[in-house]
Amino acid sequence: MADSEAILAPQEPGLRHHFDDSAQQLESSTLGMWVFLVTEVMFFGGMFGAYTVYRNMYPEAFASTSHFMNVTIGAINTGVLIFSSFTMVLAVRSAQLGQKKALIAFLVLTLILGCVFLSWKYVEYHEKWVDHHIPGPGFQYADSRYAHQAQILFYLYFAMTGMHAIHMIVGAGLLITLIVMAARNRFTSKWYTPVEMIGLYWHFVDIVWIFLFPLLYLIGHTK
Amino acid sequence: MTHQAVPVKVYAAVFGALLVLTATTVAVSKLELGEYNFIVAMTIAVIKGTLVVMFFMDVRRASSMTKLFIGAGFFWLAILLVFLLSDYLSRGWLLNIHWL
Amino acid sequence: MSTTLPLAPTETPTNYLNADYGWKSWLFATDHKRIALLYLFSITAFFFVGGAFAVAMRINLLTPEGIFTHDTYNKLFTMHGIIMVFFFLVPSIPATLGNFLVPMMIGARDLAFPRINLLSWYIYIVGGILTLTAVFQGGVDTGWTFYAPFSSSYSNTHVILAAMGVFVSGFSSILTGLNFIVTIHTMRAPGMTWNRLPLFIWGHYATSLIQVLGTPVIAITMVLLGLERLLHAGIFDPRVGGDPVLFQHLFWFYSHPAVYIMILPGMAVISEIVTCFSRKAIFGYNFVAYSSIAIAVFSFIVWGHHLFVSGQSMYASMVFSFFSFLVAIPSAVKVFNWTATMYKGSVSYETPMLYAFGFMGLFTIGGLTGLFLATMAIHVHVTDTYFVIAHFHYVMVGGMVMAYMGGIHFWFPKISGRLYPEGWAKFAALLVFAGFNLTFFPQFILGYQGMPRRYAHYPPEFQVLNVMSTAGASILAVGYLIPMIYLAWAWRYGPKSPQNPWKAKGLEWEQSPTPPPTFNFEHQPVVTEPAYNYSGEEQEVKLG
Repeated sequence: MADSEAILAPQEPGLRHHFDDSAQQLESSTLGMWVFLVTEVMFFGGMFGAYTVYRNMYPEAFASTSHFMNVTIGAINTGVLIFSSFTMVLAVRSAQLGQKKALIAFLVLTLILGCVFLSWKYVEYHEKWVDHHIPGPGFQYADSRYAHQAQILFYLYFAMTGMHAIHMIVGAGLLITLIVMAARNRFTSKWYTPVEMIGLYWHFVDIVWIFLFPLLYLIGHTK
Repeated sequence: MTHQAVPVKVYAAVFGALLVLTATTVAVSKLELGEYNFIVAMTIAVIKGTLVVMFFMDVRRASSMTKLFIGAGFFWLAILLVFLLSDYLSRGWLLNIHWL
Repeated sequence: MSTTLPLAPTETPTNYLNADYGWKSWLFATDHKRIALLYLFSITAFFFVGGAFAVAMRINLLTPEGIFTHDTYNKLFTMHGIIMVFFFLVPSIPATLGNFLVPMMIGARDLAFPRINLLSWYIYIVGGILTLTAVFQGGVDTGWTFYAPFSSSYSNTHVILAAMGVFVSGFSSILTGLNFIVTIHTMRAPGMTWNRLPLFIWGHYATSLIQVLGTPVIAITMVLLGLERLLHAGIFDPRVGGDPVLFQHLFWFYSHPAVYIMILPGMAVISEIVTCFSRKAIFGYNFVAYSSIAIAVFSFIVWGHHLFVSGQSMYASMVFSFFSFLVAIPSAVKVFNWTATMYKGSVSYETPMLYAFGFMGLFTIGGLTGLFLATMAIHVHVTDTYFVIAHFHYVMVGGMVMAYMGGIHFWFPKISGRLYPEGWAKFAALLVFAGFNLTFFPQFILGYQGMPRRYAHYPPEFQVLNVMSTAGASILAVGYLIPMIYLAWAWRYGPKSPQNPWKAKGLEWEQSPTPPPTFNFEHQPVVTEPAYNYSGEEQEVKLG
């Protein structure tokens, strides 16, 4: 077995030399991405834990702050992200079918939707800035009964949505990489693993938002 | 995916369902259901998440090892949340030592 | 009469060490064996930095009034803890021996993601640089546990820098674990079923599960801590309604499983050594294998035993105490099985086995004292005393570091292609054992008598035991320095090693040249016999 040269046999595109065949490589990539997503679940989980504790401890403060969550923007953004997951999965499907133009189109669409999400996020954060609800020296809260607790809750809001936004920005960067690779004909119907893997990442970021939205925006809103 | 390509209409149906569920959860949140607001919202979120995992992430057709890892991930998150809350929720309970 | 010249004695076949030369071939290596050596070098450096802080502490504790101020002493024990835990113990065996041996033991050519492996080393170095910067800027004084609200609201030291160092190094750990999990699942050689895997692999698999599931939580905890220091929102500040105990929960959710990240690889090494030097298959293979997984799972539901006196609810404490007792069981199973392996085996006392004996005894003591600590009533008396310090140093230094030294010696011939001097090695092992016990056994007594931990000065009645402890520490230090010298010497000048100097079972010994070629094997190994098949006929492993 010629161990020392990289194996790039025509029937095994993209195969790296330490793998026996592309089935093993794909299995490894997929398992690797899922293990990484599990680490992300635990990463966000710490913040969900902190949030749950404080929501439990300060229900009135929580109800008070929930009036400042912009449900309209949150709902629009939820729709936008779900749409982007749809376009992402269509991108992966196009790659699977070897349809280069459709692949690029869907990747670009996903990227645009991601940017729309981030734009609305910016609008929201700006709103919070104007209201002096960003934790730190400039923080002010109208209802003085809950001022301290509100700052803690807003801190968690920004930590959770901010961390999510950072993951979206990274995702956008990854999408740009995919678009460039696709434009350079790197993908065929036999090998499109990066598209699949980044697709999994993108869906995960969508799922985090699916849980963030009701937790931060919807519950306690009626009080 | 090493399997056959999924027809677009399956994905479109899932997409539609996710939008409907989103609208539902927003609508329900405007009703006064007390404790049930939380339960309903979380249930809908779990359903939406499951749809994304099963269909968009193709876990429906994935190996049992993948499913095991996903299950383990959520189980571990549950461990964190349950044990964390078990402290906070039981702090007010006093230990009854009359039997001493 | 013509004579044919034999091969010049200095000519060696191509192996991973001489396959390529130059600093680029090392710093951009993707060969898991070279990356293991990169880690070995940096981990050793951090060990000595952490050790230097320990030396400073022990010198201070020679006299009741010490030589450092409280503030300085706070920084010494903090930096000792941070460096030893995050930059030595957590990566030690997995990143060095694990990286080197996992692919070889399962018959693979490399890990699943060689470039991610290299990335994890660079991330480790960045984390280390951040932490060392904190050291050079004056250190941190919060304790390696970073407890709030001191760390979040009051400390005037470089907490954010150190927290970021820990945060970054966590990703190194996560990537290593991810790599091992995927490799073990997907890249085993034909015939290498799960129950033929060496126990070293089972131990590293369990370790990797913990790394992947636990480390992200300390990552987010460090982020929350850093953000809080910047914004003062109050998340851990009791003056404004925050809960410092929440920090402790989030911190220990990782940090308790982290101690099992530190010990499981050590146990994995001991399993390999004990079976080889008893010339006998491990007793109860399945029990040892599954006990690793059991430890990994149970390690996640005991963290509250660090919060017994923090204000955590009594009921939660009882649950955590109960599970802490349970987690001792799989560890005990391993010790029983190693003992049973030696029974009626043909035991020899080479250096790796000496370290293994040290491990078995000292880990047992450390583990048992953990049970005392898990008992809430006793805990109240000994918590935050030297009893705790002695407990964890028994398991970490008496256990883990001994396993590390044993593993380094056991696989040194495979890694370097040379033999170390056995006489010096045995001497150093005995020095380490003697020095260790003299250092830390007195600390059990000190703690029980009430000497608190993290105190720069102490009442005069504790001086005798403290002096004993410092004397032991100086012997221990010599015991660690001696191997550094002879191993470095042997790397260059030691006699060349045969392929399998210990006549051990295992693909890395039987199927691979010493030192190995870049892709580990000359032919694809195919496995047909169970692990540790010492007894019975030597079955020929089929060459593919």
